[in-house]
Amino acid sequence: MILSEKWLREWVSPDMDSQALAHSMTMAGLEVDAVIPVVDGLSGVIVAEIMSAEPHPDADKLRVCTVNTGGELVQIVCGAPNAQAGLKTPLAQPGAKLPGGVKIKKTKLRGVVSQGMLCSAAELTLSDDHDGLLALPEDAPVGEAIEEYLDLNDQLIEIGLTPNRADCLGVLGVARDLAVTTESALTEPPIKTVSPSIEDVFPVEVLSAAKCPRYLGRVIRNVDISKTLPLFMVERLRRAGIRSIDAVVDITNYVMLELGQPLHAFDLDSLQGGIRVREAEPDECITLLDGEERTLSDGTLVIADHKKALAMAGIMGGEGSGIGANTQHLFLEAAFFAPELIAGRARQYGLHTDASHRYERGVDPELAYRAMERATALLLEWVGGDAGPVVDVSASAHLPVREPVTLHAYTIRNMLGIDVAADEIDRIFTGLGFSLECDAGGEVWRCTAPSWRFDMGCEADLIEEVARVLGYDNIPAAPLQGAAQASKLPESHMPLLSLKRLLASRGFNEAITFSFVSPALQQLIDPNVTPIPLRNPISSDLAVMRTSLIPGLLGAAANNTKRQQSRVRLFETGLRFLPGENLEQRTTLAMLMCGSRLPEGWQEKSAAVDFYDIKGEVEALLSGAAQAPGFRPIIRPGLHDGQTAEILLGDTILGVVGRLHPTAVQQLDLPSHTYVAELDLESIAKRQMPAYREISRFPEVRRDIAVIVGRATPATEVLNCAAEAAGHLLSDALIFDVYEGEGVAANEKSLAIGLTFQDQSRTLTDEEINASLQQVIESLGEKLDAKLRH
Amino acid sequence: MQALDDLKVEAIAVIEAAADSAALEKLRVEWLGKKGRVTDLLKSLGQLEASERPKMGAEINAVKQLLNELIGERKADLQNKSITEQLARESLDVTLPGRHQGVGSLHPITRTMERMADFFAGLGFRVVEGPEIEDDYHNFEALNIPAHHPARAMHDTFYIDDTHVLRTHTSGVQIRTMEAQEPPLRVICPGRVYRCDSDLTHSPMFHQVEGLLIDEQVSFGQLKGIIQDFLHAFFEQDVLAVRFRPSYFPFTEPSAEVDIQCVKCAGQGCRICSGTGWLEVMGCGMVHPRVLEMSAVDTTRFQGFAFGMGVERLAMLRYGIGDLRLNFENDLRFLAQFR
Repeated sequence: MILSEKWLREWVSPDMDSQALAHSMTMAGLEVDAVIPVVDGLSGVIVAEIMSAEPHPDADKLRVCTVNTGGELVQIVCGAPNAQAGLKTPLAQPGAKLPGGVKIKKTKLRGVVSQGMLCSAAELTLSDDHDGLLALPEDAPVGEAIEEYLDLNDQLIEIGLTPNRADCLGVLGVARDLAVTTESALTEPPIKTVSPSIEDVFPVEVLSAAKCPRYLGRVIRNVDISKTLPLFMVERLRRAGIRSIDAVVDITNYVMLELGQPLHAFDLDSLQGGIRVREAEPDECITLLDGEERTLSDGTLVIADHKKALAMAGIMGGEGSGIGANTQHLFLEAAFFAPELIAGRARQYGLHTDASHRYERGVDPELAYRAMERATALLLEWVGGDAGPVVDVSASAHLPVREPVTLHAYTIRNMLGIDVAADEIDRIFTGLGFSLECDAGGEVWRCTAPSWRFDMGCEADLIEEVARVLGYDNIPAAPLQGAAQASKLPESHMPLLSLKRLLASRGFNEAITFSFVSPALQQLIDPNVTPIPLRNPISSDLAVMRTSLIPGLLGAAANNTKRQQSRVRLFETGLRFLPGENLEQRTTLAMLMCGSRLPEGWQEKSAAVDFYDIKGEVEALLSGAAQAPGFRPIIRPGLHDGQTAEILLGDTILGVVGRLHPTAVQQLDLPSHTYVAELDLESIAKRQMPAYREISRFPEVRRDIAVIVGRATPATEVLNCAAEAAGHLLSDALIFDVYEGEGVAANEKSLAIGLTFQDQSRTLTDEEINASLQQVIESLGEKLDAKLRH
Repeated sequence: MQALDDLKVEAIAVIEAAADSAALEKLRVEWLGKKGRVTDLLKSLGQLEASERPKMGAEINAVKQLLNELIGERKADLQNKSITEQLARESLDVTLPGRHQGVGSLHPITRTMERMADFFAGLGFRVVEGPEIEDDYHNFEALNIPAHHPARAMHDTFYIDDTHVLRTHTSGVQIRTMEAQEPPLRVICPGRVYRCDSDLTHSPMFHQVEGLLIDEQVSFGQLKGIIQDFLHAFFEQDVLAVRFRPSYFPFTEPSAEVDIQCVKCAGQGCRICSGTGWLEVMGCGMVHPRVLEMSAVDTTRFQGFAFGMGVERLAMLRYGIGDLRLNFENDLRFLAQFR
């Protein structure tokens, strides 16, 4: 909400400058987002009158005007279409400064002298209107400085109100709060009660009293809609960001800004029979003032006459029943709608209006009377007419009741750590409009909130009022009480941060990608699962919840390779979202590698990463896991059929590691050697709790053998078979060479196996070791058709 | 004994001239070996007069010892020389870069969240996490935000279906903690949150760290104290001005927004703080009694406070990151700056 500081100061004027005023509002919970001068850097502009306007001898679009500055006549060349004799308009004289830093000088335009510049509203930054000179009222005093005449030495205070402070959606409410928090006097301009001069009433029926507990209406006949409001009122509307429509609508808006009560004026002649406040009928339609027709949904409250819906209650008026150029008689409405029953309604229709903003948050139900009188008085003053009596349809059973809330001195002490004197409590709550009863010798108060406060339901609410008025700055900081509980983390759980640090120290950069991804990318990697779509995605590229972290990393890698970052190592941790009867949100780790194995350097050129690089990273990650991981070939969409493995811990599938499929590589424009892995984080985090095993003091003996096996025989099988056959003396087994090519048949490969033997209690003999080796060779031959290579 | 002297002079000369340890070994054998020339002299002592033998023997032995020492010294010299040569031969250009995989980095958001978690861990706060697709009850209802509450408009929620949303804050985790555990409680809830808003200063996904403390003696003053200490620790500035001003959240009462003096201009007013000298960094307040009641916390015994902060905002202020979107572009040139 934007308010004119001058307007506010008519109600309450603490002895402080604009900045200090803004600060004290902010510190009292009415956050001031900005204090903006109405105009900035304007001087030397006066009210002037065009006496004559003649065509320019050398330019079709320019006119040479004789302009009265009050003291003398000057010649001004001007191109505005409305530069005509009789127009009063601002004149920037030589030496004048305009907002934005423009300086006005005497000049020649196409050979004709111009002693200044006539100004549009836009040039004075009063509006965006460039279409001609700013037309000032006929009674504008020629020669007066424009900032005096338009009262431009004012600031706009922009307040970001929190939803609980609907009472401050008008000058009245802000002033009332400020009076208490700055201990200043509140001057409420007197409001005249208008005595009816005619008997006319227009019938009002409220059929939904729960939603509309109060409806006031009044007939005003014989208004002159052609009248204009005084400049100061229109200026105040403009400064609050409200466009001037006509005198009647402007007055309803003016009263809304002043008091916070939305009002609506109907053209009485357009109404049929009487007002009915009711819920919308099935499939009922209405065309609102914005020109759009809407079909009303169940439960929408409308203001209707006996024929049709006229307005969406508390949101927006309808077309055809509002004020127009031919309006003669008015029906003026001031109502109270139950906030909890109409909240969310405007949003449902994609609307947000000044009225709905206020009604949803809560308009003071008692304010309607005062606003009705205020608006009537202003109407009679500025557009004339005869007012009828006010029709008041109130259902007291549905009006909000303010229950007293008990406030204890000890709660204040406990929660705020300060003692507040009883008379201070009295000042705060009385000033805020509460009624107050004090018992127990100034230790307990029963506080009843005023009708304009909808946010005072419990003692904590009252405590906040005390704290807010006294200032949060005046509440002393205090140390924590109570004992902290010691952390009980099991050692077998690897904290996520340790895992991330491990990856970072191995050269991986941590990425954070969005949890929603492009359906196409998702489809590429996980086509067999239908991801969870968002109902209202921010864009079609971010429309489904990821079922894998790989798409996000692929996108990130592609962005990097596009920017000449060809060696990419990324990882990300986060949730993936697996649809199904029970939605699963699983913490997951994904990694991606592409580019050279080592960063570019001065030594031999490093080859591109391959499957065993990323597998090595996975193994490093799992090196402390509860058991050694297994790897099983698998075919997965998006990944290379021959270079992809499922990762297992025992029987549990932990994840997948593999090379990106050539089709995907092509689609994403990634390097051909791009590898990814994805693992379930919870399983990785489970570590082996170290348990010491005795180190043998006896020598170990290593024996190497080479065997020829079928090319498709997995190395793990060979190794496992060898280890099993070697028996309990074997302490370690590994594959230290794989050879295919010359000397080995095309469908075969040679594996070199290193076997290490050791015993805990003695030195092994050659005979024992040779016997064990013999068993290995025999078993490999029997089970895997392996031949010893010589 | 002209012969012994000559012998000595000759031997010294050849030892000094020996080119390497092999030559030296040969000399040792030739002079001092079983059939060496000095040994021969000793053997010839028997031909001398008995009275001359001791003297002569001593002289020969002295020469023998001298030669032995000289050979040893010469050997050490030669070894030193060969090592020196080896060192010279093997010397490298130590200014050339070393060979390694390269070191990766933790995301600035992670770094910042860990820094926050560290501070609060020291005060006994435990990290808890929860679902990101959250039900309406835990994201809104249980936090005193009923359907159609105007505060929902502050949230710009992503909807999954009628009853599920992408969490708009991590507060749901606090509710789940209160449901599952008896007070006293000290937890912080870091994680991703989502709002349906995307422009220069809003990302549809960002991170929050929220905290909750429930105990028997909890005051607004304690909340001020802990937040002030945290901000001083986080920015490593003990004199950083912190201010609390009234605000509104449905789940806390009293509620406060917390501003710090602008870390860029020290409160003078600049572009970062929109000329105000202050930066809004977090929200906090005393947990609303209705929120405690809904999660079955005994409000006659316990009160609590809660706070929440945007991780991106604090990370960007701390590291001087000017553009929110950088956090999610995952440009290696950005990420690598946070090693």
